[in-house]
Amino acid sequence: MSRRSGLGPGKSQGEILFRAGIYTLLIVAAIYYLIPLIIMIFTSVKTMNDIRTGTLISFPREFTLDAWKAAWGSACIGVTCNGIKGYFWNSVIMVVPAVLFSTLIGAANGYVFSKWKFWGSEVLFSMLLLGCFIPFQIILLPMAQVLGVIGLAQSMQGLILVHIIYGIAFTTLFFRNFYVTIPQELVHAAKIDGAGFFRIFWKIILPVSVPIFVVSIIWQTTQIWNDFLFGVVFSSGESQPVTVALNNLVNTSTGVKKYNVDMAAAMIAAFPTMIVYIVAGKYFLRGLTAGSVKG
Amino acid sequence: MRLENLLPKIVLAPTFVSTIITIYGFILWTAWISFTKSRMLPRYELEGLVQYVKLFANERWWVASKNLVIFGSLFIGICILIGLLLAIFLDQKIRIEGTLRTVFLYPMALSFIVTGTVWKWILNPSLGLEKLVNDMGFTSFTFDWLVNSEMSIYTIVIAGVWQSSGFVMALFLAGLRGVDDSIIKAAMVDGASLPRIYWKIIIPSLRPVFFSAIMILAHIAIKSFDLVVALTGGGPGYSSDLPATFMYSFAFTRGRLGMGAASSMMMFGAVLAIIVPYLYSELRSKKNE
Repeated sequence: MSRRSGLGPGKSQGEILFRAGIYTLLIVAAIYYLIPLIIMIFTSVKTMNDIRTGTLISFPREFTLDAWKAAWGSACIGVTCNGIKGYFWNSVIMVVPAVLFSTLIGAANGYVFSKWKFWGSEVLFSMLLLGCFIPFQIILLPMAQVLGVIGLAQSMQGLILVHIIYGIAFTTLFFRNFYVTIPQELVHAAKIDGAGFFRIFWKIILPVSVPIFVVSIIWQTTQIWNDFLFGVVFSSGESQPVTVALNNLVNTSTGVKKYNVDMAAAMIAAFPTMIVYIVAGKYFLRGLTAGSVKG
Repeated sequence: MRLENLLPKIVLAPTFVSTIITIYGFILWTAWISFTKSRMLPRYELEGLVQYVKLFANERWWVASKNLVIFGSLFIGICILIGLLLAIFLDQKIRIEGTLRTVFLYPMALSFIVTGTVWKWILNPSLGLEKLVNDMGFTSFTFDWLVNSEMSIYTIVIAGVWQSSGFVMALFLAGLRGVDDSIIKAAMVDGASLPRIYWKIIIPSLRPVFFSAIMILAHIAIKSFDLVVALTGGGPGYSSDLPATFMYSFAFTRGRLGMGAASSMMMFGAVLAIIVPYLYSELRSKKNE
């Protein structure tokens, strides 16, 4: 589908130069995006002495995984020195139920909003969409109060609940926009055959929903894993997610700064979403565009 | 048959209740707090606009707002420029397009905390970029933006652009793939040069993409919080504060709930100012279809 500058079989010298220039610029751009990753990897396998004597992009003189071991198991975060591993698992424990519930609720909502419209359902959908746009600062204070009253303040359960609540707007949008493309006639025909609400969902809608489930799960996983604001406000101490722990590790200034440990910890925190991106980049992009463009 | 009619409503009921409470109710609740003299604990006696008056008399709020304008305009402008150029170049039948696209877009999968951590290290005044250039022989080169209160906000721009420009590239690339080829072929037959075709025909036809990209980026800019926290912590002093970090600091570390609530209302207002015209034009274009 792409376009080119109308070159026929015999390329002129100008054309060749033109294309060489484009390739060069694209490669330079690729290097620009990759350099921070390379610096992160190099720094994480260097010794502190190597870091002080070398430069950002100098090749590690001796390769060591000590910084990775420290970041995972023994670096000091706050008052404890058990590394980032506990927080990493906190994030896993947070992401799995939050993604699962927000996606399932979004699927059910999207099904109703697209195939079982009733008086007022369009208005409710429009109202729900505001949840995709608000800066979450505006709900932090009341949410902190409410979590306190129901006894979930500064707990993992409370954090999971917050992620589910504010994920629903996005997941509902994904599923609704996907389901409106399924012909209404299919649903009508099934209704005439006597199929009910759940049967139609189970037999007609669900079998074609795999792509949108993938998009929703990937979007929610990266959003919730990468979240910092809710984590820092609604959790504390041992129940914090990995992003908050990483920030605490990097920005607490006690003792000698270990940049190699910082970089190893950053890579550990980035690892799950990077894997998701590499494995399912296509769906990741679809979520990005659907989640942010189709307001 | 009656239950069947109720089922859709039952399914939506939890979302309905949750939307009313946790979105609309909480916004009103925050608005209420912003009209009180709440400090450490929320109080509910209305005191009018006193927090807003204080907010706009606050030097730090002005720094945060000014920073948002600087950061927002540079972030949006540079992301659009880089994104558009990369998309145009990638759209020239490039052999390794898939690989390049993956590379350009991967920072978007990272947490802003990770991005901030990496760039904090790269921009480190003694061991980072400065040392790299010094060791290359340019010994007088200094790069201290991270600890320079005049320049610290620009480090946020650098890291923000690195993270988000690939996404803008993806938006423009999708737009370019939607441009009708026959118009371009006709222009070529007429002898128009390639840059001229892009400038006169293709780029103007991408108007909706520009619109979406600006809206999304502005939205990201207003909400920017994690990146500032990880990269500069709002410092030196409060020189790189943005409204989001101002709000967090006043509401959660300094025990000034009223002021925090008022600042979050201002952020909400800024988002509405961007979203409402966008939604309006979207709805209008749908009706015209």
